[in-house]
Amino acid sequence: MQEIEKNQKKPLIVAFCCNWCSYAGADLAGSSRLSYPAEVKIIKVPCSCRVNPIFILKAFQRGADGVILCGCHPGDCHYSEGNYRTRRRMGLLFSMLNYFGIEKERTRIEWVSAAEGAKFSAVMNDFAKTINELGENRRLEDLRCKD
Amino acid sequence: MHRIGVFVCHCGSNIAATVDVERVSNALAHEPGVVHSVNYQYMCSENGQQLIKNAIKEHNLSGIVVCSCSPRMHEATFRKTAEAAGLNPYMVEIANIREQCSWIHKDVEEATEKAIVLARTAVAKLTLNKPLVAGETGVTKRALVIGGGIAGIQAALDIADAGYEVDIVEKNPTIGGRMAQLDKTFPTLDCSACILTPKMVDCAQHEKINIYSYSEVDKVKGFVGNFKVTIKKKARYVDETKCTGCGVCMTNCPSKKGLNSFNMDLNTRPAIYIPFAQAIPNVAVIDPEQCIKLKSGKCGLCSMKCGANAIDYKQQDSFVEREYGAIVVATGFKPISLENFNEYGYADNKDVITSLELERLMNAAGPSKGTLVRPSDGEHPHVITFIQCVGSRDVSGCGKPYCSKICCMYTAKHAMLIREKYPDTQVNVFYIDVRTPGKNYDEFYRRAVEQYGVNYIKGMVGKVYNENGKLMVQGSNLIDNEQVTIASDLVVLATAIEPDPSVKDLATKLTISIDTNNFLTEAHAKLKPVECATAGVYLAGVCQGPKDIPETVAQASAAASKVIGLLAKDKLKGNPCVAHANEMTCTGCSQCAEVCPYGAITYENKEFRIGGGKTEKRRVASVNPAVCQGCGACTVTCPSGAMDLHGFSSAQILKEVEAICKR
Ligand code: FES
Repeated sequence: MQEIEKNQKKPLIVAFCCNWCSYAGADLAGSSRLSYPAEVKIIKVPCSCRVNPIFILKAFQRGADGVILCGCHPGDCHYSEGNYRTRRRMGLLFSMLNYFGIEKERTRIEWVSAAEGAKFSAVMNDFAKTINELGENRRLEDLRCKD
Repeated sequence: MHRIGVFVCHCGSNIAATVDVERVSNALAHEPGVVHSVNYQYMCSENGQQLIKNAIKEHNLSGIVVCSCSPRMHEATFRKTAEAAGLNPYMVEIANIREQCSWIHKDVEEATEKAIVLARTAVAKLTLNKPLVAGETGVTKRALVIGGGIAGIQAALDIADAGYEVDIVEKNPTIGGRMAQLDKTFPTLDCSACILTPKMVDCAQHEKINIYSYSEVDKVKGFVGNFKVTIKKKARYVDETKCTGCGVCMTNCPSKKGLNSFNMDLNTRPAIYIPFAQAIPNVAVIDPEQCIKLKSGKCGLCSMKCGANAIDYKQQDSFVEREYGAIVVATGFKPISLENFNEYGYADNKDVITSLELERLMNAAGPSKGTLVRPSDGEHPHVITFIQCVGSRDVSGCGKPYCSKICCMYTAKHAMLIREKYPDTQVNVFYIDVRTPGKNYDEFYRRAVEQYGVNYIKGMVGKVYNENGKLMVQGSNLIDNEQVTIASDLVVLATAIEPDPSVKDLATKLTISIDTNNFLTEAHAKLKPVECATAGVYLAGVCQGPKDIPETVAQASAAASKVIGLLAKDKLKGNPCVAHANEMTCTGCSQCAEVCPYGAITYENKEFRIGGGKTEKRRVASVNPAVCQGCGACTVTCPSGAMDLHGFSSAQILKEVEAICKR
């Protein structure tokens, strides 16, 4: 039963990318034709520090199987220290999610610069592989408010 | 009701080859809120844009989604298109179906499905977009330059030459800074005063430049284009408008034992003094710690002798408030204190000196009138040993981890000048590495070694001690792999430089950041080397990092050109995607202001109606849109959810999440 479901449902991955580095990195992956799975969908934010933990909770609640957050490398944030806040904040959130039973592999922070198209694609491939292996995120299923 | 138009671009075959564009535009036509959905070969072309403009008018669209290449490519284009058709430019969203879809997927089915999701997500976001208008503020056409060394002088002259008013605030009684203390400059060996003092005079005579000497920045308010700065003019006890700089007071002052800081404390000066002959302004100043009249009330000789009647013992610190459009920070450096370096015996031996002290000893206007003598006995030294990297590249924690950058070159200069003037002198230099990047720099250093026979020894010095009146310099020679001890008459320490200590306080006032070594941080290490993260504040000289004179001048001119570019504008257009506080839910907790890197958030006490004809006063956050850069840090920090960001509101992002997660 589970097996069938797995094959039917493609995993859902939400990727938050900061405008200045990671979104540009994703563009470079695109213009270099470096593929990554179609289940990855990008949301652009001005800085990684714009990502509220609530956005990530909402994604899981709505059935996302993995959420990845990409920002500029430490020290390179366009707003100088936004990504340091992200790192601290998300560290807390991820361990809390893990405690709730959402495997910590389902969340990730990656630093991808505008020059790292190859890294962007590699990161997304690797993350999608991990999520595929983990299968569907059933943990928050009861809380999912499906329309 | 939303009236959204969707425009799917083929981008030739770039998109259309992998994404079934027809299917995308058809699918989107059925999305709630969408009233018009088409596809076209090249949306960014003249015809494509015309098609969008026509549709906006014809269908009375409230917003548009363009499914095309990355917004980094053509978002600005389509915003202009929308604006031309009478739509607010911020009612445009881009679905990136090229870089994020057609270019990375091969399977048409898969790519088409993803393109539909991306387009839907953009539509979902757009339903919550609000028309945004970039705020405009005026620009005060005057610049403030903090620090009157060569960096400040150069920046001020450049800005003034472009026709804008400039104020220089200098904490010392005269402008000129460190460069005024130098004897000769590398690599050309021209005399420092000869090239600097004409520029100082230019500053004094420039009709657009106003010098506040012996003054400090007290308070800074405002933001780019509109700074309000309070300048503290320290009491100099001399009326600047009357003093002629004749110097009669100096010769008559009976209290002559003050240390002459301009000469690095190597000699003394009277209580009333002019720092050096070419000082600008050429006006005396009284040291209140040393003046007998100010301390005990008795004396008053200078006042009696002053023909201009300029002495005013009752003078007090005064404050002036001035407005500026831009600020240049050029606060310079000082050599580090050597208290952590007892091994070099600096505190115990008068003949162990720093390089800046040597500059004064070699300067014709210095304490020894340019004859190189030992400070202890006034004798001519026959063996001089230089020690490089004193406190630089020091990871032990005693000194500074960075390279001070100028020491290799000035040590070569000193060695060369000494050998030139006193060929009977033996000159040794202990070094770790010799670093000479720069035009004509390595040639200069090689001349010191090859032409002037300076004895360079690769190795560190462990100890300097006094033995029978000789300074014994004990170190290693790494090339010959042996320990050496050199009996010297004079030891010169190439002391590390650090930012002037005043910079810490100033950084807080200007809300600009400072690194672990107290250097001011530029907005981008590579691409914005003179800008600060705080808009309207620029950096010049060593306050930003170690630099020699040519680099300092180049950076000062760069900062000036940025200032000129700013002051040339009549209005500053902001980025409308800025934060804003909901005053109904804001509790005034201050957490947002703490995370704001730009100091854009302040608090106001506001009256609110609470029903029953009553009002209540509450403290609420208010964001200055001219200062906010739109990072969004405050939105996540705010515990009551009162902070939000235009263009990237929480509701918008949550809508995007929902749209993506809809199966
Ligand atoms: S702008 Fe990229 S992480 Fe802040």
